[in-house]
Formats: sequence, structure tokens, C-alpha cells
Amino acid sequence: MPLPGESHSAYFYQETVKTIERHTLAVIVDNEPGVLARVIGLFSGRGYNIETLTVSETEHEKHLSRITIVTTGTPAIIQQIKLQLGRLIPVHRIVDLTLAGAILERELALVKVRGKGEPRVEALQLAEAFNARVMDATTESFVFEITGKSDKLDQFISLMVPLGLVEVSRTGVAAIGRGPEGL
Amino acid sequence: MAREMTGAQMVVEALIDQGVEHIFGYPGGAALPIYDEIFQQDKVQHILVRHEQAAGHAAEGYARSTGKVGVVLVTSGPGATNMVTPLTDALMDSVPLVCISAQVPTHLIGTDAFQECDTVGITRPCTKHNFLVKRIEDLAGVLHEAFRIARSGRPGPVVVDVPKDIQFKTGIYENLKGAVRTSYRPRLEGDERAIRHAVALMASAKKPVIYSGGGVVNSGPRACELLRELASLTGFPLTSTLTGLGAYPASGKAWLGMLGMHGTYEANLAMHGCDVMVGIGVRFDDRITGRTDAFSPNSKKIHIDIDASSFNKNIRVDVPILGDVAHVLETMIRIWKEVVPKPDAAAIAPWWKQVNAWRAKKSLRYQKSADVIMPQYAIERLYQLTKERNTYITTEVGQHQMWAAQHYGFEKPNHWMTSGGLGTMGYGFPSAIGVQTAHRDALVVCVAGDASIQMNIQELSTAVQHDLPVKVMILNNQYMGMVRQWQQLLHGNRLSHSYNDAMPDFVKLAEAYGAMGLRAQRPAELDDAIEAMIASTKPVIFDCRVASMANCLPMIPSGKAHNEILLPDDVADEDIGDVIDAEGKQLV
Ligand SMILES: Cc1ncc(C[n+]2csc(CCOP(=O)(O)OP(=O)(O)O)c2C)c(N)n1
Ligand SMILES: [Mg+2]
Repeated sequence: MPLPGESHSAYFYQETVKTIERHTLAVIVDNEPGVLARVIGLFSGRGYNIETLTVSETEHEKHLSRITIVTTGTPAIIQQIKLQLGRLIPVHRIVDLTLAGAILERELALVKVRGKGEPRVEALQLAEAFNARVMDATTESFVFEITGKSDKLDQFISLMVPLGLVEVSRTGVAAIGRGPEGL
Repeated sequence: MAREMTGAQMVVEALIDQGVEHIFGYPGGAALPIYDEIFQQDKVQHILVRHEQAAGHAAEGYARSTGKVGVVLVTSGPGATNMVTPLTDALMDSVPLVCISAQVPTHLIGTDAFQECDTVGITRPCTKHNFLVKRIEDLAGVLHEAFRIARSGRPGPVVVDVPKDIQFKTGIYENLKGAVRTSYRPRLEGDERAIRHAVALMASAKKPVIYSGGGVVNSGPRACELLRELASLTGFPLTSTLTGLGAYPASGKAWLGMLGMHGTYEANLAMHGCDVMVGIGVRFDDRITGRTDAFSPNSKKIHIDIDASSFNKNIRVDVPILGDVAHVLETMIRIWKEVVPKPDAAAIAPWWKQVNAWRAKKSLRYQKSADVIMPQYAIERLYQLTKERNTYITTEVGQHQMWAAQHYGFEKPNHWMTSGGLGTMGYGFPSAIGVQTAHRDALVVCVAGDASIQMNIQELSTAVQHDLPVKVMILNNQYMGMVRQWQQLLHGNRLSHSYNDAMPDFVKLAEAYGAMGLRAQRPAELDDAIEAMIASTKPVIFDCRVASMANCLPMIPSGKAHNEILLPDDVADEDIGDVIDAEGKQLV
């Protein structure tokens, strides 16, 4: 059998130029049961990627929630993702923050590290360097809270591995445009 | 006027306020309060089917032949799960449906109660939208919004799941028809700048083609009139997808026949060779495009559609125009008249000459026979003997479906119902029942296959009970012909499970149900049998024995380009297995 991409069949045909982009989308939706399932089902059903997804009600009186999705794909796929999201009835707006220009992206992580002696001191020093805060401490462990861009969190977490990393909980990305204008 | 009533009464009241005259359904425990209300009124007529899937397809046939929303009522659990196929079918072919499903009482949801299933979860990917109504205060608004969503924009199926306790609860009902509950507001008008750009391309075209689809029929009769006007104003040749047949008349000057996998030579080569393509209410699916990287390589593509996600999904287009077909064509024709006061027929004359040369290949030709009924001949005779009447044709899925599409001349929109996107065997017969429900005096013929008809054969009982004299013409080739054709073409002629063994005697079967049974074995008997079928006031099963090994051509094997089309002259029915080489066989 020809491998996907090698064949000329409509079933196997794939785009040959593959510039994979990473986009952060803000999706404003009605805050109603099932809306998250619709969004996630669309991504899994059509084979799109979700890197992170966060959701919370943002406008209580209007019953609106904001879903922030970080996704990757070719420019054509990213375009399809936005158009397919637009077909969902509870979706009010989709803003591609990556295209909108200057944006702020932040993620929060809680990081548990266990150890004594030298590694324990080193973990604390690194935490200070990364502006992570100590949220809990015992004689043999710390829980750090760190906020920042996802790659900063990645870096901090990987540094903690040899120092006794036990557990990580991350929120996923929250994002907003810079400047005075709202969505 | 707001009035107090139970949830079950609200369901019926909302149907009446929406102008619904017929619904298709099947009762069960959770739906009994609604059925009790149905019993106590006579404005909404209920057609009792024999399987919920058939209710869904009947509602589809009803919707497609009337332009109205088709309505289904089913019970919880198995009633709802039996609707998954017709909902998916309606989603794929953009058919407006509202399915009201009963649900277990709210306090039992999540407990694995008797006949509980997660209906909104199961139907989320196969509906345009769905609702679970947990508060009586929401019911009236949700019911009317369901109709609005189903019929507006790109039409589609909507499920409203109503728990049994909500059906019993009382609340205030208000006729909210036309009210807007969600933020859904599809855009109808096309962008005038884009339309001007499109017209400029069209005006300069040397080798234009109009590629029209089911979206034109969905947009309505006005859109079909405008399509005809556009074709005659521009003088462009026109082809259509399977679901778009009838929007432009088969007798029209511009008509090239259907395009795609089993489309005509001239339609597919015109698509391949054109310099400007005007896609109207189409979605460039794989049965149309074949090999996408070789699809119409030298054309500028204009694409009119109400669903923005259709643009660039499969094929990159140059001028996307978002809007309702009728609205956009109205503007397009106005601008065309302004830009091209006198069309220059000479400019596209060489193109027409080329198109006519392709036409001369007569790609729908087949070997005639005096001994056996060729399936293509059967459709030709059906057309000749029914064309003067108001005739609606539905089909099942397989070779017979393609032969009906190729050989029946469709002159009007909304007279042709077939399962295009999903290709659902079992669609055609219940769909015909739905059509006949809406058009009591019309002739409704389901062109069926001997395998497909057995998928919803139980609906004979529905047709007999409700005095719906639908005519089922089975092109009986003793095979799952389309499956066998692929096995011959691509799997070394190993006919794995595609022979229809142990077939019922269809004549006796019809009679057992109280319908009429007919059979024809030879060409000489065909016309009489068709006439007898038409004349019957009962439902008819006509077992039309056709050549068993006939194959459906032309064919573009999937994964091939339009100009790699197989013609009847290239492939005799006997040696179809040798046509595609080993490498090619892996591509489909
Ligand atoms: C529900 C369903 N199951 C399977 C198929 C795959 N399939 C497509 S055509 C076909 C054979 C149809 O046979 P018949 O109804 O006799 O029609 P013919 O091709 O012989 O005209 C099958 C099995 C389908 N389209 N739908
Ligand atoms: Mg058959």
C-alpha cells in the first residue's frame, strides 16, 4: 500500500507544503451545558489538534464564557478550524489572537517537588530565579506556583525533574490582546 | 397569546404554530404524554412508521419535496438511537428536520434508567444543533428556535430532547415563531465587491462552466429560476451534482448532465478543462473532485455558498462569496447585465464546439438487449412513461441510484430525493412515503435495488396503513451491484458477500402486506408493467428483473483525475476486472 501522502487517491492526498503554525484562539460562547463538548467534539471528530484549552465564564449577566484554545496546523487547517467553530450555534465570536498581533499569554502551574539537603536548596533557589512562589512547604517538599509563558513553565518544570519533581498541575493558556481595545 | 398548558401540549401547540401538518413517529413510554396530546387533536396528522429510521427518512423526503421542515417524534433510548442514521443523512445533505425525542424524567437522567441514553451526546456530531430541555420555562422558546435553526442558513437536523416530567409540568406557552433565541444569524446577502470580481472573471472567460449543487435547491424555487436565468444570460454550459439535479432542466440548452464519479464525459472534461468555474451551492466533495491535486488545474474558481466552512475545505477557490444562493444570484445577474449588456457568443463558441465533441462520445451509452432488461433501459422507459405527470423520484443507494440520476430527465427542483453525502441504503422507500404524504395526488416512484429495499422493507405496512400509493421499482440484479462492480474493478473479481442469496419473492411479499406485486422479466413486458404500476391505487412493489452483471459507467475511479474517466467503450461488462492496473487498484 502506498503510504499516506505518496498516493494520488483523494483518500490519502495530503498537502505537501506543511508549514505548521501555532495559533491562540479566543472563542466567545454561550455559557450553557454541553458547549465545551461541542467544541472538543469538533476538534476530535475532524482530527484537529488541541495544545491547551481553558474555559471559564467571563460575563455573568450575558451568560458568556470564553474558551481559549491553543492549536496547531497548516494555515488552511487553522482557517478551517475557525470556520468550523463558527458553525456551532452557541459560538458568538472567534478571534484569532495570533493574527490580531501583540498578545499576552500566561499560564499558571502548581509544581510539587520532594527532596532533602542539597537538591532541596537548589530547587528553592531556582524557584526564586523564576519568580515562583512557595505555596506549601514541609521538611521534605515544596509546592511552587509559577506564572508565565508556557515555555517558561516548561523550562522550570524540566529543571525540577532531577531535583525530585513529583507532580504538576497546569491551567492552560489564558490570552488577551495588548493595548486599550477589547475583543 | 400566552396560555398555561403542559409541556406535552406545548409540543403539539408549537407544531401547529409552525404550520406543521404531518409528523412521522413511533411511540414509547417516555413519549406517551405527547402521544396523548396528538390523540386529542386533528391539526397535526401523525404517520406511524414501523422503524424510527424510516420516520427520519420519511421526514427528509417530506422536507426535500416541499421545502418545509420535516418533523419526527420518537421515544427515548432505542427510539432516539434509531434516528442516528437519518440525522446524519440530513446533516450531510443539508435537509431541515426537527426531531423531538422523549427522554427519561430529569431526576433519572444519569442513572442508567430504563430506556435512557445520552441523546444529546449521541446526536451532537450528527445534528446542526440539539437541545435538552430541563425547565418547562424554556420549552416553547427552544421548540420554535429549533425550527428556525433547522430551516435557516445551511439547513440541517435539530434534536429537541424532552424529559417525561417536563412533558407533564405546566407552564406558560407563547407562540415564539420567528423569535431569535440564540446568536445564530446566517448572512444572506453576498458581498457586492466579491460578486463584481466574480462577474469580471466570468465576462472574460473563454472556457466557462457552471457547477451547480444541492444548495441551489435548498435555497428555494427563486434560486432555481435565477440559476436558469444566469445560464441563459451567460450562455455557459452547466453541470450539476447528484443532489442538485432538477435545479436546471435536463432538457435545457446548457445541460451537460451530472458530473463526478459517475458523471458524463462532457461534464467532467468541461470541469477539468475550464478556465472559469462558477460553483453554486456545492461543496467540492471527493465524489466530485476525484484526485484533488489534479482537479480543474487551470481554472479560476468562484464559489457561492451559505456555509463559510465550505470555502477552501477541499479545493482552494479564488472568489468565495458567502451568502444565500438566491440573494447572491439576484445581485450577480444585475451586475452581469450592467457589465455585459450584449453577451459575446463568439467568445465561447470554440469552447462549446469542444464541449459538443465530448458530448458526441455519448458516454451514457449501453449495450441494448432484446432478451434481458438493461437497467438503463428500465430507467429510460420509466422516464418516458412518467414524464408527462407530476412525478417524484426517490432512490436507494447503489448502481440503480446512479442509473436513475443518469437516465431520468429531471426538469424541476424538489422532485428528486436521494441520499448523496451519506449514501444510505434504506433511504429511498421511507423517503418516498414522506413525499407521498405531502403530495397525495402525485406519482411517487422509488427506484430501488434488491439489496437496499430490504433495509426498510417493513415500511410496506406504513404505506398500506396510510393509503400512500408509493411505487417501488426494484432494479433486481440479484447483486449488491455497486459493491460487486468495485470488487470486479479492484479486488480481482472476488465477489465477497455481494451476491444476494435467499431473496424473498417480492411479488408475494407485497401481497402479504396488502400491497400490489408486479414482475417483469423481459424487455417486451416492461412497458406494461410500468403502466400497471402507475395505474395502481395501491402501493406497488415492481420486481423488475434486470441484467445481473451490468456495470455503471462512466466511472472515475476515486483517486483519479477527471480526464482519466472510464467510458462504456473502454470497459465491457465482462472484462471490467482488467481495466485498472495493479498500481491503480491501490488508489481507490
Ligand atoms: C446502510 C449501507 N450499508 C452499506 C452500504 C454500502 N453499499 C453501497 S451500494 C451497496 C449495494 C447496493 O445493492 P442494491 O441495493 O442491490 O443496488 P445495486 O447496486 O445492485 O443497484 C452497498 C452494500 C451503504 N451504502 N449503505
Ligand atoms: Mg442489486
